[in-house]
Amino acid sequence: MTASPAPLVSLRGVAKHYGEGSARVDALKPLDLDIQAGTVIGLLGPSGSGKSTVLNLIGAIVEPDQGRIILDGETVYDGGWRRRDLRRLRLEKIGFIFQFHNLIPFLTISENIEVVLTLAGRTKAQARRRAAELLDYLQVERPQAMPSQVSGGQAQRVAIARALANSPRIILADEPTAALDSERAGIVMDLLRKVAREQGASVIVVTHDEKIMARFDALHVLRDGILVEPS
Amino acid sequence: MNLAVRDIRHHLGRFILTCLGLALLLGVVISMIGIYRGLVADALVLVRAPQADLWVVEGGTRGPFAESSRLTYDTRNAIARIAGIAEAGAVTYQSVQIETDGRRQRLFVIGYEPGRPGQPHGVIEGHPIDRSHFQLIADRRSGLALGSTLRLGGDDFTIVGRTAGHVDSAGNPVIYMTLKDAQKLQFQLLGGAARQQAARGETANRNQVNAILARLPPDGDVAATVAAVERWKHLSALSQQDQENLLLGAVVDKARKQIGMFTVVLLTVSTVIIALIIHTMTMDKIREIATLKLIGAPDRTILALIVQQALLMGGISFVTGAGLITAVAGYFPRRVIVEAGDIAVLAAVVVVVCALASLLGVRQALRIDPARALGG
Repeated sequence: MTASPAPLVSLRGVAKHYGEGSARVDALKPLDLDIQAGTVIGLLGPSGSGKSTVLNLIGAIVEPDQGRIILDGETVYDGGWRRRDLRRLRLEKIGFIFQFHNLIPFLTISENIEVVLTLAGRTKAQARRRAAELLDYLQVERPQAMPSQVSGGQAQRVAIARALANSPRIILADEPTAALDSERAGIVMDLLRKVAREQGASVIVVTHDEKIMARFDALHVLRDGILVEPS
Repeated sequence: MNLAVRDIRHHLGRFILTCLGLALLLGVVISMIGIYRGLVADALVLVRAPQADLWVVEGGTRGPFAESSRLTYDTRNAIARIAGIAEAGAVTYQSVQIETDGRRQRLFVIGYEPGRPGQPHGVIEGHPIDRSHFQLIADRRSGLALGSTLRLGGDDFTIVGRTAGHVDSAGNPVIYMTLKDAQKLQFQLLGGAARQQAARGETANRNQVNAILARLPPDGDVAATVAAVERWKHLSALSQQDQENLLLGAVVDKARKQIGMFTVVLLTVSTVIIALIIHTMTMDKIREIATLKLIGAPDRTILALIVQQALLMGGISFVTGAGLITAVAGYFPRRVIVEAGDIAVLAAVVVVVCALASLLGVRQALRIDPARALGG
């Protein structure tokens, strides 16, 4: 019998509330969640159920009230942040994909990827080479075009390329297909699955999009800050 | 990769227009300083033109510019004979208004004794006065052409020479004539007034001057000579430096304060405008800044984006404003002197202003929550 590998993302008793007193909202009640490498999981739930809070907690954007967060074998939170430079943590370990791609409008397609690489300390030449590789891998054309000059589907591919730039093992995607039609949404999900498999990454997707439900390895449903069984 | 430059390039039209507006504002600041420099230079032209070491004026006065001063002409001979004085000349100063080609203008008339201290230096066209009467040297700002004639006090004067940049402290062009002509112009009455004076048995006293200018030998002692002159209680003596300080204090000081305050107000307005522009530019980039933070950009990257844009805006606007004012300085009705030193100081002030102005944008940018990049 072989032991199952350690999860890439592990949340233990993680909780988060906003506001105090009568204005207190328990966005997330103590939650345990493990996500294995190479999987694409869907995080579902109605608005206000805590999906974005989970994403923000894994992304080290907001601080939990309690619990422990382990990312890629490193305990990053255990009653307090274990890393001082959370942006560095994000730069090294986490890639983000947004609903509206959020490409920097004043940078070219290629530069949008290069900027992440140069922030991580790569030289200009290295960054350019890596950006070209990624754009080729994701079949994005016109690397010197501005984001406003490419289609929504192409822009979302660039956003995925940017998320993959530093080879993170955790990819957080917030409604990545909401602005795309069924065909393009399917292509984006296939890409994420490909990345998860080929790079051994965990892809966590927050979505309402029913047309992509069949493309997840696992679905987690949140309601009122609690994980419930999918119906 | 310079994010500030990339962002500017993306919004180039808007950036250029903003810089142009700011350039005009900074150009006004530069022109205010230039006008002040011009005011000082104009005020000193009259005092420096005769290249005198000593100004002898009516006792108890600080003439001839700050206060009126009258001396008898023969004082010049007495001054010239004082030990330590190399040469002396009498001068008169007065203002006249003329009308040429239907255009009225004021002229400042200096009467001097040819060959003695008081004669103009820097005749750039024509020649110095070489006759006892009816010749003029006019500054070219008067518009009087070489060889043309000007009627003053009932006499016709011919323009025999022209100077450049000789103006009084109010910016009026200067004309030079012989002392005798100037005394006649100043003291002799004309027409009915002259007939009334004659009927009363009086005659015009044309034997007065406004000051005696003296030069000392190269090793002359100005202080000792001043003391020697002031032994005569009806005379006062001022060194060249005293006269310059007096003129600047009396004539230019208020203008200096006025222009100085106006400059401070304009710089404050510039700071507020730059701050508002940077604030607006930062507001326009909230999502981009949140995204940069989310993908791991450190604060210094965000800070550089804001501060570099403020400095670029200030720098480009300043250079454009300075170039613009330098190009049009000659068209101002009064002299505008743009000095390299002033430009350097103002450039440093603009850098500080831009840095201060960007603080608002920086504060705002640093407070942007990276979570704003998420969601719709």
